[in-house]
Amino acid sequence: MNTSYTLGTLRMKNRVLVASGTFGYGNEAAAYTDLSRLGGIVTKSVSWKPRQGNAPTRIAETPAGMLNSIGLANVGIDAFISEKMSFLRELDTSIVVNIAASSTDEYIDILERLEDEEGIEAYEINVSCPNVKEGGLNFGTRCDMTETITRELRRRTKRTLIIKLTPNVTYIEDFARACEAEGADAISLINTLVGMAVNIQTRRPVLSTITGGLSGPAIKPVALAKVFQSSRAVSIPVIGIGGITTWQDGIEFLLAGASAIQVGTASFRDPDAAVKIVNGMEAWCLEQGVEDMQELVGGLRIDEGVKAPGFVKAK
Amino acid sequence: MTKVNADLKVTAIEQVAEDTFTLRFQSSELAGQLKPGQFINILVSERIEPLLRRPYSISNIYNDECEIMFSLLGKGTHILAEKRPGDTIGVLGPLGNTFGYEKSFGTAVIVAGGIGVAPFPYLTRVLKEKGIPTVTFLGARSTSRVVRDGLENLHIATDDGSEGFHGNVIGALAEYMQTHDVDRPMIFACGPNPMLQATQSFAHEHDILCELSLESEMACGMGICQGCPIEHHGGGRKYTLVCTDGACFDSRDIIFHEHHA
Repeated sequence: MNTSYTLGTLRMKNRVLVASGTFGYGNEAAAYTDLSRLGGIVTKSVSWKPRQGNAPTRIAETPAGMLNSIGLANVGIDAFISEKMSFLRELDTSIVVNIAASSTDEYIDILERLEDEEGIEAYEINVSCPNVKEGGLNFGTRCDMTETITRELRRRTKRTLIIKLTPNVTYIEDFARACEAEGADAISLINTLVGMAVNIQTRRPVLSTITGGLSGPAIKPVALAKVFQSSRAVSIPVIGIGGITTWQDGIEFLLAGASAIQVGTASFRDPDAAVKIVNGMEAWCLEQGVEDMQELVGGLRIDEGVKAPGFVKAK
Repeated sequence: MTKVNADLKVTAIEQVAEDTFTLRFQSSELAGQLKPGQFINILVSERIEPLLRRPYSISNIYNDECEIMFSLLGKGTHILAEKRPGDTIGVLGPLGNTFGYEKSFGTAVIVAGGIGVAPFPYLTRVLKEKGIPTVTFLGARSTSRVVRDGLENLHIATDDGSEGFHGNVIGALAEYMQTHDVDRPMIFACGPNPMLQATQSFAHEHDILCELSLESEMACGMGICQGCPIEHHGGGRKYTLVCTDGACFDSRDIIFHEHHA
């Protein structure tokens, strides 16, 4: 069976990656899982300068999910290159560097800095972090900004360019189309949904930033629907993210239209979760007589004439 | 050091005070390497609620068995309390650093509030083996919630005055330290943040070495999620992480804020 998947310069041994912010820079979880079994690692977001992140409390568990407001705490581009890349480069898995920034220029500066680094197969552009004041969601919820960033970065790299989209918009398909039109190689979705939690004893919000990003199994049905909608709106591949916890979840995303998947919050629960998902998906495909996982992508069986409601944009 | 991420067999569970339990599980690998002050992350069931693991201090080691102590708080601890010998729990660790029990001091002064007592039976035993005496100050809501096993020279403070000193544990500590000549003390404290903050102030005022074992919300326990920051002095970074840089900190390094209350 063929499990490999190639997306431009990103050549993965399978279709399962670990999502940005849920797997650090690869080294932290190395003692708990076989990194060489992963299709790829998407790094923690890297910004130009180190970011301290938000004040505590930064996380809260909610029913079948969690809220986070980390605020893109990361080491910054210099330390990323000098301290993190040597470990990542040696790994027998594909490396996707996730970039976060507060301006188009900062995205460009970071990408150009990374262009000289060997061992990076793709970039994932975070235009959708809900937890920072500048940039983040401001970009991801504005189609024109998403277009500009995609266009400017596309001009500057031949490496695979993936734009990570937020579900916190009215029509995610518009953003998917904008990315495709400006030359993105793929889109990944969904980033977290804006949510909040309240402590009734103190009558305060649980998170220091009041709202945060919701992830985990609670958001999987939303993510599946967004992947389905987006994958039908564009011809570039969609990478499915959102609450994937079991191998069955992974198959569901492929059927809904994802060409690859990312495992996120599940790695917090079990750092070996993504590898278990790889193994489970492969075993199921063998059992089902699937020769290439591409057969599953978008393979959802829908009777002729049946359409999902609510997809038609008001004129 | 070998990291463990496995479903392990529960060997014993015992109620040690009101709403408070100890639970033992078998793992020669963990028993051989866990040190006082370290913690493990426990997944109580296969179900997706609770979704995340929770950190638990190691309260003691018996041959190839490890013990944790917990009080009933939320869904996870209620599920744990229902475990019986032969059931399994998901255990990940060892995590975090250890108490600085190898430092140079004459007497260990243990200050614990509520379930913050958890790491101290193990610390007490290891210190005893090294010949270092311990005096323990334990604060609890009421006498029914006092955990005594494994602790030495116990001084109790209760909120309701049902046993020992009527008031908070820092009051009991201050009274004792004023009236006794304690040989080269070092404080080891664990409990709610307001208690830790008061312990920190007491230690600074009296120029006593002091380590605080902190608790925080955390998703991963290994420095990935960045969910457990604590503000600290120095190092060029505003925050340090409770999971990988702690959970035990020199009290001089930590900055508490109102939101920690």
